[in-house]
Amino acid sequence: MSFSVTEPSKRQKWFAGIVVVCYTLITLMPLVWIITTGFKSSPDSIAYPPKVVFTPTVEGYVNLFTTQTRMSPGVITEPRDHLPWYEQIVRKKGNTIVGPSRFSERFFNSVIIGFGSTFFAIVLGTTAAYAFSRFRVPLKDDLLFFILSTRMMPPIAVAIPIFLMFRNLGLNDTHAGMILLYTTVNLSLAVWLINGFIDEIPIEYEEAALIDGYTRFQAFYKVVLPQAATGIASTAIFCLIFAWNEYAFAVLLTSGTAQTAPPFIPTIIGVAGQDWPAVAAGATLFLLPVMVFTIILRRHLLRGITFGAVRK
Amino acid sequence: MSDHHRSHRPEPGSTALVHRVKGLSDRAIAWLFILPTIVILLAINIFPLIWTIYLSFTNYRVNRPNKAVDFVGLRNYERILSDTDIWITMQATAHFLFWTIFFQVLIGFALAYLINKKFKGNDLLTTIIVLPMMLSPAVVGNFWTFLYQPQIGLFNYVVSFFSGVDPSQFSMIGDVVLAPWAIVIVDTWMWTPFVMLICLAGLRSIPDSIYEAAECDRASKWRQFWTITIPMVLPFLMLAVLFRGIENFKMFDLVVQLTGGGPGSTTELTSINLKREAFEKWRTGYASAYAVILFVTVFGLASIYVKALNRVKDR
Repeated sequence: MSFSVTEPSKRQKWFAGIVVVCYTLITLMPLVWIITTGFKSSPDSIAYPPKVVFTPTVEGYVNLFTTQTRMSPGVITEPRDHLPWYEQIVRKKGNTIVGPSRFSERFFNSVIIGFGSTFFAIVLGTTAAYAFSRFRVPLKDDLLFFILSTRMMPPIAVAIPIFLMFRNLGLNDTHAGMILLYTTVNLSLAVWLINGFIDEIPIEYEEAALIDGYTRFQAFYKVVLPQAATGIASTAIFCLIFAWNEYAFAVLLTSGTAQTAPPFIPTIIGVAGQDWPAVAAGATLFLLPVMVFTIILRRHLLRGITFGAVRK
Repeated sequence: MSDHHRSHRPEPGSTALVHRVKGLSDRAIAWLFILPTIVILLAINIFPLIWTIYLSFTNYRVNRPNKAVDFVGLRNYERILSDTDIWITMQATAHFLFWTIFFQVLIGFALAYLINKKFKGNDLLTTIIVLPMMLSPAVVGNFWTFLYQPQIGLFNYVVSFFSGVDPSQFSMIGDVVLAPWAIVIVDTWMWTPFVMLICLAGLRSIPDSIYEAAECDRASKWRQFWTITIPMVLPFLMLAVLFRGIENFKMFDLVVQLTGGGPGSTTELTSINLKREAFEKWRTGYASAYAVILFVTVFGLASIYVKALNRVKDR
């Protein structure tokens, strides 16, 4: 249709487009600043006026992955041609590398705990959601509402007994404990969302499969699962992003072995005080995967957000 | 709330058609599938909640495990409700809640309205706008302290560029007047996209035919906006407000990293205050009572709100 009353005019479109582009540019500025600061030298990062054009350096990243110490003046004059490139960068500042930093450990903890908890939340959530969707479950609506309402609790409010419980069970500051905890928090969302996706699959497919001699289990994973796959996948992304970003439980229940990146990144401090390029480098490495994911999977994610909210 | 969605949900009874199938009985599978979830939620969610309620009647302190635990009845509750510091915290929370929701609804709806004009590239821009809400609030909040630095911070530079105020003359997170607004700004930056997405879903749910009918009746665009667009989007908007309200009542990570509750206790929201009582002062019993009060408040307010929302939907 070339003309319709609901189709906005060309002028309206231009106006809307320009305003939205302006908003996008403003909203992007902090993110662009995080990424660029990671490639600045220390003096450039705190220059006034803020530097938009600068000579990029990986100093921040080297600082992020290493622990350093000041060198005595005598050592600085030693020839440094035979040293590896990262040591050379550090030496220019009068420092020397004494070992790796804890960043990669913390990052890896985030990966293990994030994927581990997502896996369990999805397996348990999918099976529970299937049962809720397809079987006569007593008190079904009450159970579903109960499952959802567990998300209304402020994390700090349940943190006290969880802290005590984990301490008694020896789960404080362990990967298993954090995976268990994040699985629980994500489970309610997973059941709720996946239940909605499975409800949308016509029940006739399964009935046909059952008549063809499939068992319930076969019907579940050969007929229902493939159909719900995209829904389950987008739910998994939400669970993963939640576990990846979570801070309150992480800061209260972990301090060493199982500490994830969010409580760790703000504590990055250089040899001479707050090292913003290193913090920005850590933040970039931590945030970039989520940004890339969001852009690649935008269709499913955006649908998931509105679906999850509007359904409730 | 999901009643109108439930209408096309398959009736569980229709499986009776294939009641006798090979393998485990349906009942067995139902329990096998649901039980693990229920057990985990009971163990890690409900059991701690009950424990919190129990602790709230005691004077237990985690850092003094050998001290005898006494029942103190409602004393913890009395002390909280008569404590003036709690009311300061509540005021800070109310300020934060009101203004974040106000700005997010205003900007979020405006953006959704503009994006719904379907200009070229609107879906890509939507994705980019959504980015901040996907990121870790703690990590982002921490970086915003850098943007808020007097003199060297980007935020102060931009403000001074447009207003002419010297960027070293104000500190967004160090000033008692500005700090409450500093957290509102960052939360608005992060979460406006959420309100925008929900509004967009609302706008897209309005059938074109309603506007066409209004056009036939010669209703002005302005009138169409107030009598069609706004009422149709309102349930969605209210839903977005509900979610932002619950989330921001629980707000912890972003603000802790931004201001740590300071300066003084000007940005000490309830969750931060609670964390301080529970994990810094170690007043476990007292903090538990506090947690119960917060939970009841959220739950109560949310239930009242949902009732109002349903009334709007049914209209």
